[in-house]
Amino acid sequence: MIEKALSGSKRYWIWVTLLLGMIAIGFYAYMNQFNNGLGVTGMSRDVSWGLYIAQFTFLVGVAASAVMLVLPYYLHDFKKFGKMVILGEFLAIPAVIMCMLFIVVDLGQPMRIMNVILHPSPRSVMFYDMIVLCGYLLINLVVGWTTLGAERKGFPSPKWVKPIIYLSIPWAVSIHTVTAFLYAGLPGRHLWLSAIMAARFLASAFAAGPAILLLLCFIVRKVSKFNPDPEGGAIQSLVKIVRYAMIANIFFYILEIFTAFYSGIPEYSAALRYTLFGLNGYNSLVPIMWTAVVLAFLGVAILIFPSTRMNGATLTIGLLSIIIANWIDKGMVLIVAGFVPNSFERVVEYAPTLNEVLVTLGVYSIGLLLITILYKVAISVREEKAS
Amino acid sequence: MYKGGKIIASLIIFAALFTIPFFYNMGKVNAGPDVALDTPAIQRLPASEQQCVESPEFMKENHMQLLNQWREEAVRNGQTVYINSQGKKFDISLQDTCLKCHATESASNPVVLNNPANSTGVSNPALNASPEFCASCHDYSAVKPLCWTCHFEPKEAVK
Amino acid sequence: MSINRRQFLRRAGVITALGLGSSFVISGFRKKEVAEAAGFAKAPKDMPAKRWAMVVDMSKFKTEADMNKVVEACHKLHNVPDFGNPKDEIKWIWKDDYHHTFAGGFNEYLDENVMHSPFLVTCNHCDNPPCVKACPTQATFKRPDGIVAMDFHRCIGCRFCMAACPFSARSFNFKDPRTHIDEISPEYPTRTPGVVEKCNFCYERLADGLQPVCVEQSNGGLIFGDLDDPNSEVRKIISTKLTIRRKPELGTQPCVYYLVGGGEHD
Repeated sequence: MIEKALSGSKRYWIWVTLLLGMIAIGFYAYMNQFNNGLGVTGMSRDVSWGLYIAQFTFLVGVAASAVMLVLPYYLHDFKKFGKMVILGEFLAIPAVIMCMLFIVVDLGQPMRIMNVILHPSPRSVMFYDMIVLCGYLLINLVVGWTTLGAERKGFPSPKWVKPIIYLSIPWAVSIHTVTAFLYAGLPGRHLWLSAIMAARFLASAFAAGPAILLLLCFIVRKVSKFNPDPEGGAIQSLVKIVRYAMIANIFFYILEIFTAFYSGIPEYSAALRYTLFGLNGYNSLVPIMWTAVVLAFLGVAILIFPSTRMNGATLTIGLLSIIIANWIDKGMVLIVAGFVPNSFERVVEYAPTLNEVLVTLGVYSIGLLLITILYKVAISVREEKAS
Repeated sequence: MYKGGKIIASLIIFAALFTIPFFYNMGKVNAGPDVALDTPAIQRLPASEQQCVESPEFMKENHMQLLNQWREEAVRNGQTVYINSQGKKFDISLQDTCLKCHATESASNPVVLNNPANSTGVSNPALNASPEFCASCHDYSAVKPLCWTCHFEPKEAVK
Repeated sequence: MSINRRQFLRRAGVITALGLGSSFVISGFRKKEVAEAAGFAKAPKDMPAKRWAMVVDMSKFKTEADMNKVVEACHKLHNVPDFGNPKDEIKWIWKDDYHHTFAGGFNEYLDENVMHSPFLVTCNHCDNPPCVKACPTQATFKRPDGIVAMDFHRCIGCRFCMAACPFSARSFNFKDPRTHIDEISPEYPTRTPGVVEKCNFCYERLADGLQPVCVEQSNGGLIFGDLDDPNSEVRKIISTKLTIRRKPELGTQPCVYYLVGGGEHD
């Protein structure tokens, strides 16, 4: 089936070339980092994780969100998602691969990465994160490829994929839970040391992930003859999922704020004060965080009112607001502010360097290229069937 | 055969590209490293210390595994003494045990060592151009161990 | 007999898998141990202990210079580089004021001098080290004598341990350290870029029967010994005087104790 990605319109090839160019730039920036060490990034002794690990965290959520299509379609027989499920699975695959790449570019000694397997450490959450991420990648590759292959030949999917599909549902939850445990089990970081961290991660994932998927569906409808929502209703159902997940996410965030501020324990609220109001005169994240707050409420509002949620233009704005709000919260602030203030109650700020941003864009371009290829295959198969 | 001509032509091109290094080096067999066992550094040692931790044959074959074992025992288990097959004891130390013999004057020169430009170790000819130092064999067999990015020459020489 | 493409690929795959699999099996059975009669032993002067611990007696540090001497001795011995900026900074032992060292107990009526009086801080070699739990390769591990040690050869530089440590005791080699060491000490190796490092309670000196270098340079301000031994000096101080530890509420059980205004002991 992969040969479908090798023929396409001129627009397709321009887009692929553009992405390859971005990947080349990112690779060049990574070689600079590889040769000169992580000193070329903005990370420091105090803020020892930055943009890379934050992107990893955000993208685990995007990967997990495929379950929001798989679950209604396979468990509740919600037929309207039938055409869309494959797009969810084919979004999960590049998302997991990007997660892995962000881990690799964050390592100080990437050549030694196999030590994680050579010297397995079952007490480390990172060990389990490796297992669940690799497993999730495999599950989605097998399920996506087999179901699409069967559909192409006009057969029903083979029986043996069914159990794997069911397995993918708890597995998707597990990848984001384990990722939350990376942070939620550390004794000295009060912003992360929260029992609802995993719940917050899942809520934000089920908001941002399907929102990204919806935007991709709109693009698919624009550039191809394939309609992911032929009967109508699938898109609006997914919009509802995004809306409720985002409301839950905001609610969980307010719970954190309440406990931190009402208890009055200074350490518990220090990082939140830093992100929302600034601390000891440092406030570089404040405008970014408030942008996220405004966008979160704006997005929810747009997705609540029928007039705005049914309108394609305003719906796009609403979904974008929700994606950006979640990206700021999880793909930037949560990780960075976890280190602020440091364990000496001093504020050390972090800002990514150009090199770091280029590497990040390079990894995202690899992900976009994979999405393009996988979606191209899926769309071509569907177009072929339709004609 | 379908498209037989193209397939055979591509196979020939592939085989040619793949074997270029072999043809390129044919007839140019360069001499192996000249590993000397009686260098001035070794001769200066008392007779009882002129033997390596294990027999030369064993070391030629197994020094890499032995070093890995030393590393595990010394760093992780705090066992800093090695008892060899003859029951003789040695300190587990690259710097103080191995390099007593496997180093030369040029390699131990503090001026060379303290110059930041020379600090990358393995790639530095000043540190390696000696018949008994690791690099004489490793260069020949294109092996690049990373020991010298952290470890140093013998203590006496640096002082 | 002719075979189609699918059959050919399948058979080629099976043969490859068999070949690779059997080579793994064979190499797996080969013993890794190299020298049959060889054995390993502790160094003859090695100091045994069940639980190394340190007491910082603040009354013995009269001036900041007394502390700087300790810090410099450690950093010089262990080839700790000086990058001259806080971003890439690497430190094994350093000083910070009371207010920040014992963060969380802020008291606005406390004497200004106490607030800003410097304290020596280093890795606490906790009984329950979160860094050891976090490490995905066991590059950082707990020795039987209680020291939380680093295996620089194994560290992949993921910095999970830095996020896990509640005391900021760990530093990362963001850049090549060798170019930023004024005078190389041959007593201890340098590090390679991309690994994490921290205080190791001078286990390389303990193997030679020596006290940690900071203790040696502290004029009695740092007392080092086996907490498990009821007759050791550290044990006597901790069991008879009032000592404090950093962030005891986290349950990591730090093994660096601070004797504040303790006066005389022995």
